[in-house]
Amino acid sequence: MKIFNVFPETIFSIGPVHITDTVITTWLVMIAIITISYFATRKLSVKPSFFQEIIEAVFEAIEVTIKDILPVEPWLVIPVLGTLWILIGFSNLAGLIPGLKTPTADLNTTFAFALISFSMTHVIGIATQGLKGYLMHYKEPTWLLLPFHLIAEVTRTIALAVRLFGNMLSGDMITIILLGIVGLLVPVPFSLLHIIIALIQAYIFGVLTLVFIAGGIRTKS
Amino acid sequence: MDAKTVVISVSIIAAAFAMAIGGYGPARALGKALTEALDAIARQPEASDRIMRALFVGMALIESIAIYAFVIALIILFANPLIGYILK
Repeated sequence: MKIFNVFPETIFSIGPVHITDTVITTWLVMIAIITISYFATRKLSVKPSFFQEIIEAVFEAIEVTIKDILPVEPWLVIPVLGTLWILIGFSNLAGLIPGLKTPTADLNTTFAFALISFSMTHVIGIATQGLKGYLMHYKEPTWLLLPFHLIAEVTRTIALAVRLFGNMLSGDMITIILLGIVGLLVPVPFSLLHIIIALIQAYIFGVLTLVFIAGGIRTKS
Repeated sequence: MDAKTVVISVSIIAAAFAMAIGGYGPARALGKALTEALDAIARQPEASDRIMRALFVGMALIESIAIYAFVIALIILFANPLIGYILK
């Protein structure tokens, strides 16, 4: 019996760079998203078709959520954050297709996402209020808390990566362990639970990024 | 028992305890958060959108503590640094 492995395996190497199967799955997910977006934006009409309606609903949900939380112009973050959201959602669900490995059950992938979120926080903060204005938010409420601000910058990025990684890996491991000890259909309810967790974790990743961005912007109230 | 057996058996017990204790606290906290949120929604149904969003974010933050325990248990079981130290 083939022992299924939840951890990434190296498929081939280009020089010092190892291409694991999670990377290949991420490429497949990217191709899928690009194809869907391409065909979704071909025949746009004012009287939308069923397909266009679904895409519009997804987009509107993203826009409304960002508008609710962010105190500045939402179009600054919608392109990047919306893409990140959709990519994480698709990657989380990719593991349900037989033969594919969940890309986000690999700490490297989630760390890349967390680094995108980390740099977005600073870029948006500087873009909206200038470098000096952005650095000023570190001294709130007092200068004494500056070290804690700096520690929080690092720890929350690590926490973001580890949270997504741990959730996805635990979902995969539950399925595989159950498949090892009991029959074929027993893991199905757990897979259904895994779908919910996958979508919620994608949502939470985006919302936490939003909250961090909003925390870096001082509202003039 | 040689040193390797001791390290392996202690690792297994430690991983089990890490999950047990690391799951207990967050489970209590999640239950409390959910109860309070439902209480608040029952009192003010019109604010349910904002309450649900805060609940999701808060639950994610609480849950990540359990996830840290899970990651530590995984490290103990699959990538234990002490076993390599013993075998050397």
